[in-house]
Amino acid sequence: MENDGKINKMMIILSKATLENVYACFVLANGARMEGIEAEIFFTFFGLEAIHNKKLDHLHIATVGNPAMHMPTMLGGLPGMEALATSMMKKEMEKIDMPDVREFLEILTASGVKLWACKLAMDMFHYQKEDLFEDLDGVLTVGDFYKQGSGVGTHMLFI
Amino acid sequence: MDKVIVGKTISVTEEGFMTDFSQWDKGIGDAIAAENCIVLTPRHWEVLDYIQTEYKNEVPLSIRKIGKSGIVDIKEFYQLFPVAPLKTATKIAGIPKPVSCI
Repeated sequence: MENDGKINKMMIILSKATLENVYACFVLANGARMEGIEAEIFFTFFGLEAIHNKKLDHLHIATVGNPAMHMPTMLGGLPGMEALATSMMKKEMEKIDMPDVREFLEILTASGVKLWACKLAMDMFHYQKEDLFEDLDGVLTVGDFYKQGSGVGTHMLFI
Repeated sequence: MDKVIVGKTISVTEEGFMTDFSQWDKGIGDAIAAENCIVLTPRHWEVLDYIQTEYKNEVPLSIRKIGKSGIVDIKEFYQLFPVAPLKTATKIAGIPKPVSCI
């Protein structure tokens, strides 16, 4: 089939659950839907925390190993630093009308973004489907996820 | 650039957003909707009225704000304007393209 380079579908794999990565993933998925592009997210490994009911409201930003924080690594590792940086970032996000993680998940599902949990990572962390965000579309293997992404104009993105 | 629609000349951007709201009327809204394969119902007009009011009050529009409007929730907004709802709705409403990423 011919394709003129148009993006029809974004398949985004989220493998981390630091706030900055989760927001990048959610903004990209939501932004796709706003442009009339299909979007699906595959939550794998630590990315699963972004849809784990007991964890998703308590995600942090990374203060260690993150040079863009402009904070010495030793300082970033002190107790309370992650919490402090996270609360500062959350305040800034509210100012620019950015929803929190749970509200963002609700916006995504209402917008038609499909949310999938990775089966292998679920087994590894001993998570049950009941532990996860209620509007999840299902639990998939990698093979299932690739099948979801078949079609002309699909792009895959690993975060 | 100029565009002729339902016998009237309007000025639009390359993407088709009107640049002068005073040129807009409901007939033009209907015609732009038809170009986007949408037949406007009273429910659409309730949402379009809300969007125009927000624009007149200089409130920046976003999907999140639409969801909190009390007029329509996000799911229904996507049902009413299935492809790129915020862009399509603002285009029909005759107001500039929103710059929000969320």
